This record gives sequence, structure tokens and C-alpha cells, in this order.
Amino acid sequence: MVDFLLAAAGFVLVTVAVGLVRILSGPGDADRIMAAQLLGTGGIAALLLLAQAMSVPAAIDVGLVLALLAAFVSVAFVKGVTRSQAGEA
Amino acid sequence: MTLALDGLTVLAVCAGAFFFLAGTVGLLRFPDALSRLHALTKADNLGLGLVVLGLLFQVGGVLAALKLISVWLLTLLAGATVTQLLARVARADVPHD
Repeated sequence: MVDFLLAAAGFVLVTVAVGLVRILSGPGDADRIMAAQLLGTGGIAALLLLAQAMSVPAAIDVGLVLALLAAFVSVAFVKGVTRSQAGEA
Repeated sequence: MTLALDGLTVLAVCAGAFFFLAGTVGLLRFPDALSRLHALTKADNLGLGLVVLGLLFQVGGVLAALKLISVWLLTLLAGATVTQLLARVARADVPHD
């Protein structure tokens, strides 16, 4: 079971890392932040799987913090974008 | 009993990993920002949800299970809010292109 959980964590991380290509290609800033958002969620899933596989319960708390920070990233991004658009108008 | 629980874990975690794969493929292949957002939310909600469901069969205590569920609920809440905000930005971007 440990091997399976480790493999699943690695698979999720690799999948999400491939999604980071979207940060390079864009085209909009919203697309780029979406890839970062997917990395956040995938990171949480990998942390939860690792916590169970390696018997490190503290990793679940790290996942909880990551969930909180990933939400703040996008909210900060949206606030920044709307403020700069209001400034241009 | 342990074998049955392990089987359920494998099933749910595999399904969750599939949704992460689907989310990534959607993010890379879909034509516009709003449909990419749609693919992203599937990975967020279902992918993480199924991974958490699979891990629930493995944890020992009620407290650990509640913590896992709270991670998923926080992600659901954050995902729903953030998706609304990002969709507003993505829709505002379209006329400028």
C-alpha cells in the first residue's frame, strides 16, 4: 500500500508539473494563474498521499496551509488586476 | 477486511489521479480561458475529493479523518470563490484580444 500511495503522489505531481506549460504559453494572465492553482491543488493531494505513505501526520497540516495560501494567491491576483484596470480607465 | 479497504483506496485514489490528469489535459488543450477554468475545477473538486476519499479508508482515528475532510472542504470553498473571481477577469480579457 505504501508503494502504491507513493506512486500515486508522484503521478499527481508529474501531471500537475506538465500543466505548468500553460504558464509559459499563456495567453492571458488568468490562464497562467490557473496553472498555479492546479499546482496548488495537486500539491495538496500529493502531500496528503505522502502523509499516509510515510506516516508523517504533520504533512496533512502542511496541506491545509497550502490550501489556504493557494486561495490567497488567486484573490491577490484578481485584486491586483482589477485595480490596475481601474487605474487605466 | 484490510484487503477490501485497500482495494477501495486503490480505486478511489486512481480515480482521483485520473481527474488530475483530465484537469491537466483540459488546461493544456481547451481553446479558451473559460473552458480551461471548467477543466481546472474538475481537478480541484473531484480529483482532490476522490484522493481524500481513498485516504479515509486508511486513517486510524476519527480526528485524522475529520482533518482530511476539512482539507477538502477548504479547497472546495476556496475553489468556488476563486473560480468566480478568475472567470470575471477572463471575461474582461476577451474584448481586449
